[in-house]
This record gives sequence, structure tokens and C-alpha cells, in this order.
Amino acid sequence: MSDFDRRSVLKAGLGGAALLAGPGIVPVRAAEWTNTPEPNASIRVLRWKQFIQAEFDKFAEQTKKFSEKTGVKVKLEAESWEDIRPKAAVAANVGAGPDLIIGTLDDPHKFPEKLIDVTDVADYLGKQYGGWYPVAEKYGKKGNGWIAIPQGATGGCLNYRISHVKAAGFDEFPKDTAGFLKLCQALKKNNTPPGFALGHATGDANGWCQWALWAFGGKVVNEKNEVVIDSPETVAALEYVKQLYDTFIPGVLSWNDSNNNKAFLNGELSLTLNGISIWTVGKNSTDPKQQEIAKDMNHAPMPIGPVGVSTEQQNVLVYYGYKHSKYPKAVKEYIKFMMDKENYDAWEVSSNGYVSPPLPAYNDNPVWTSDPKITPYRDCLKRCRDNGFAGDLGYASAAVMGDFVVVDMFAEAASGSATPKQAAARAAERAKRYYQV
Amino acid sequence: MAVMAESGVAQVKRASLWTRAFESRNFLGAMFMVPAITILILFLAYPLALGFWLGMTDTKIGGAGRYIGFQNFVSLAKDSVFWLSVFNTIFYTVTASIVKFAIGLYLALLLNERLPMKSMIRAIVLLPFVVPTVLSAIAFWWIYDSQFSIISWVLIKAGLITRYIDFLGDPWNARWSVVAANIWRGVPFVAITLLAGLQTISPSLYEAANLDGATNMQRFRHITLPMLSPIIAVVMTFSVLMTFTDFQLIYTITRGGPINSTHLMATLSFQRAITGGNLGEGAAISNAMIPFLVAAILLSFFGLQRSRWQQGGRD
Repeated sequence: MSDFDRRSVLKAGLGGAALLAGPGIVPVRAAEWTNTPEPNASIRVLRWKQFIQAEFDKFAEQTKKFSEKTGVKVKLEAESWEDIRPKAAVAANVGAGPDLIIGTLDDPHKFPEKLIDVTDVADYLGKQYGGWYPVAEKYGKKGNGWIAIPQGATGGCLNYRISHVKAAGFDEFPKDTAGFLKLCQALKKNNTPPGFALGHATGDANGWCQWALWAFGGKVVNEKNEVVIDSPETVAALEYVKQLYDTFIPGVLSWNDSNNNKAFLNGELSLTLNGISIWTVGKNSTDPKQQEIAKDMNHAPMPIGPVGVSTEQQNVLVYYGYKHSKYPKAVKEYIKFMMDKENYDAWEVSSNGYVSPPLPAYNDNPVWTSDPKITPYRDCLKRCRDNGFAGDLGYASAAVMGDFVVVDMFAEAASGSATPKQAAARAAERAKRYYQV
Repeated sequence: MAVMAESGVAQVKRASLWTRAFESRNFLGAMFMVPAITILILFLAYPLALGFWLGMTDTKIGGAGRYIGFQNFVSLAKDSVFWLSVFNTIFYTVTASIVKFAIGLYLALLLNERLPMKSMIRAIVLLPFVVPTVLSAIAFWWIYDSQFSIISWVLIKAGLITRYIDFLGDPWNARWSVVAANIWRGVPFVAITLLAGLQTISPSLYEAANLDGATNMQRFRHITLPMLSPIIAVVMTFSVLMTFTDFQLIYTITRGGPINSTHLMATLSFQRAITGGNLGEGAAISNAMIPFLVAAILLSFFGLQRSRWQQGGRD
């Protein structure tokens, strides 16, 4: 895993010295920032709706500070991150709406020509803080320029009940897919089942299904954007998930992104993929039962499959400003202000580690080590691949994900409505419709 | 001077033409129609035409797109998910509409009788229609939850089942579940509108039938049903149209899952156009709904309103 990351990071040009420094990378050199917002600028910002109230409060507080410092008025709005996608699409299409959106994944790559070039912001932050994670750079960059600035990822890790895993015979959480399957089978046997969303759950279902596909060497497309999902590696992934599915709590085929949270905090689930919000909500709950669950919880990265490297898919959050904005300089100033380490760190502390940082230099935030349960979320972007892997990000990668091609493939194979081979062939047929364009 | 005189004559001629036009009933009528026609064109015809046009293009989100003829439709014809959505839409519409009609008619007949607290009962019947669709959808989502379903909880407590029912996790369970939610939501519209129709039927017809010794069933078959048929045609046309184009219930409860088994054409159109970014294909899916909708309208207006059928004939 470390070899893979080191090579990838070096390839992305972070520099060996900076990499060896590990967390808390020393800035390579001070970067210059000369942008000045337009006089009397006023911008409208639409961001994802909070799962942790303190996080949003801090974000709003810093937005206010930004306005006081620069004189730029900011109207901050929040929507469920799944609802941002349609709004972002409409804004791009009609040329009106928010000036800046903090949305998800490869959305900006669907309409790059509608977006403000933020290369100067990315260069500044990259130089100032020692470089971006390669995956963050891929989400932000189109060609040689940057169309979006990665804010981080609402990191997904395995959430598990410590006592249930121990009762299943595991002193340590398994690090490979074989051990993970054995754990799930043992949990099921003890009547403390795992459960992973397999409905049209944009975040959770796509998250773990893409992990499973990549862990066994499968992928939707190759480097030339040719559809290669109908492969023996994909079938192996499907066979594996079919065995996992047999251990799941009933009903996961209907689960959306909130079901696992509810089931976990109700004590019906021993293991799932989720952000840190289950633990945070449980810890802060007034319900003793939920507090007890939070105490008995821990987090782990997704296990490594036969490919030998981490293959996580994370819900990456991205800032993107629209060209229709009258105040593009104010938009860039706002992004820069919110992403500056001092502000980012304070916000991260309030969010209790909800957003995994896109710049390795931000890993030295004490919040990541304030509780060992938070630490696995720190490196989510280090461990993850972009959702267009191994091809490009763009319309096709977004469409395949938006149309749940991979999730449906796993759901079909797992539930037995199709054999793994049939499911892989069908997914290939669906993916080709997008990648042929 | 001569020039001025000529221009003065021209002005008189123009003024008289303008005045004469406004004295014409036809012209004036047309002028009064202009605001209505403008609204119709802007807000009904233009979006429809734009939808047609988009369906013939490869427009992506944020892009201009180019004309590709029927390519989207050819592509959809080979798309198994699209055909599944067509099946789901027809199944959803037919089953929900039939049940809504049956329950709605039954409730209307009941509410047309002399009942104690009739006004309150009518208000209760209307409740599902008053609640915003998304709120009722969220309520159903909870009712069908795989871990927290109130239905499963009650049945388990009553000792009738041993494990929670997987309402939304099994394809056929999920289809029937969303149909049930649609029925709950749609019955009040059918019931109240049919009740309004029932109240327009003259009591003298029933009195005459009673004198002739007609049974309840005969009165219903030969008086109520024929007299009600025009309103049935209108109600069922609207009911079918609203069910066929339903979006909110499905999108909130299942998002088209599991494995696309509850995707309607409307939800698939949204998914492909907005979340997937392919506006052209999304529009083509919407356009593919139009023949079905036109067929439903024709069936209602030319089938149910046939005069012989209304008069009790055997069509």
C-alpha cells in the first residue's frame, strides 16, 4: 500500500523530500497570492447540508469572518448533497444561480467550460502547503488547468462494534478481503450481522461496490476509456460480494445513504461503511443506548484485495465557481480563504474529522490523533481512487455512477437475479452506452 | 404645403384603419386572446417543443448539443433498463388506477348517502390529497423501512409474522409497495370528484326507478353509471395522467431501486438527464411517454363518453 502511494505521489510531483516528511509536510516555499476581489462584490454559495451541526456553524462563522475581512457579501445556502447535483446542472445549463457550489465528485467535469479557471488558487494552495494528493488533483484538474478545488472527502471507513468483532474471534480488524469475508461470516453466525447499502444510495452503495470491484482488479474502463468491466476480475469481485451478501442484515437492497446510520445506532448492525457521523452522533446523543454503542465502536480502512493496494472510493467534495458569476475574483478569494490551513484546521476540529483533507500537510491537525477512533479517516484521500478509474473523469464517468451501473451489477449478482457473468455483461452493455459518446 | 397635405391625408387614413380594426368584433376578439395565447405558447407549447427538440439531440449538461435525429430512441430501444421502466410505468399506472377508481367510487357512493358527521368524514377523506407529496412519501418510506416498519412491528407483536417484511428490498414487494402509496395518495381526488358528479344526478330518476321496482344494482347500472360516465372519463383521464407521470413518490421512497425494479419513465428520465448529465436522452425518455398519455386520453374521451354506452347500450 505504501509503495503504491509513494509512487503515485511522486508521479504527481509532490517531491521526495516532502513525502518522506510524512504528516505535517514542511511547505516547499511560500506561495504568492495577488488576487483582489471586485469592489462591492456579493456572492451566493451553495454547499452540502451538514451531518454535524458544529461543522456547519464553524463554516458559517468563517464565512462571516471572510466578509468582514474582504467586504465581500456572502449568501450561504445548504442542500442535501444529492440535491446539489441537479441544481448545479441547472445552473450550468441556464447560466444563472449560485456563484459557487461545493458539490461532489466529478460533477465539475460534466460542464468544465462553464466554470471559472481556479488554477491560481490550486497553485497557491499546492505550493503553500506542499502539494495535493494525486486523487485530489485528478478531481480538480481538467487538462493543464484546474476547474475545481477539492475541499476533501466525507471520508468513508468501516464502522464496527468492537465487542461483536471480538466475539466473532477477531482481536484485530482484518486487513485483507479474505479475512474480511471470514469476519462477516462469523458475525452473521453470532446473529450480529454486517450490512452494506445496495439500493440506489449514491454515497454508501457506490463507495463499497467500487471498492469491491477494484479490490479484485476489475474496473469499468481501462486507461483508454474502453469499457472492460465484463472481465474475469469483475466476476471474481461479484462472486466475493455474493458471499458477503449472504451475511448481510435483510433489506440492504432497499437501503439509501441514511439506512445504515439508523440501523447501527439502533444496535441492529455490527459493521457497515460510513462516515464518522455515526460515532459522532452516538457520542453526542442523550440516549444512553447510543452512547454505549459509540463507546463500543471503532473504525478501519477498507480491506485490501488481491490487487495488493488500497482501492477505496470516497465521496470527494469540490468547490467550483461558475463563469456566470459577476464576481469571479471574489469567488476565488473565498475558496482560498476557506482552504487556508488556519481556517481549514479550525473547521476540521469543529467537524470532528468529518472531512478528510486533500492536502497531506493538513494531516498534522491534532483532531486526527485526539482520539484513535478518528485517525483512520485522516488518510481517506491517500487510500482512494477517483470514480472514473482507470480512465478519465467526465460525462461518461459521472453518468455511469449517476445511473448506478456498478451498484446495480453487484445488486443483481448478490441477490441472485442474475449470475455474476450475466451481471458483468449487462453492466458492460450499460457502460458502453455512455463511453461510446 | 403640398407635402404637408399629403402626409395629413395619410395620417387620417392610418388612424381610420386602426379605429376601424378596433371596431371589428373579430379583430377585438383576437386581441383579447393574445395574452392567453402568449401564456400558452410560452409556458406550455415552448417547453414541449423544446423537449421534442432536446430528444433529437445529444445535448449534455452545460453543452449545446447537436441534432442526431432518432438516435436517442434507437439507443433506448436496445436499453433493457428503459424497457423495464416502461413495464414498471404501465404496471404502476394500470394497477393503481384500477384500485383508485374502485375505492374512490365506493367512497363517493358512501359519502353521497345520508351519513352522520358527513362533512367531517369528507374532510378526512381529503387529507391524503392535502399533505404534500414528498411528506407522504417520506412517511411511506418509514412505514416500509426494513428495520423500523410499523406494519412489520405490529404484525410481529400480533404474532402473525416472525421477521420484518422486506417491503422495498424485493423487486415485486417494492412494486406493490409504491403502488399502495400511490393509491393512498390518489383515492381522495377520485372520491371527491365522483361525489361531485353523483350530486348532479337528479333524485327524480331514482324515484322513477323505485316506482318501477328497480333493484339497487339496477339503479346503479342504469342510472348512476351512465350519468356519471362523463365525470368518470375526466377523473380517470387525470388520474391516469398523474399516475403515469408520477415522480416524487418513487424518487423519495426508492430512487428507482432495487435493481431498477421501481424506476418509472419519469424517474429514469430525471436520472439520465440530471444526475447522469445526458439531457438529450432524458428528454427522449420523456417524449416516449407521450404516445402512452395520448392513448390514455383518447381512450377516456372517445371510449367512456360514447353516447350509446351512456344510455345503457352494449358497446
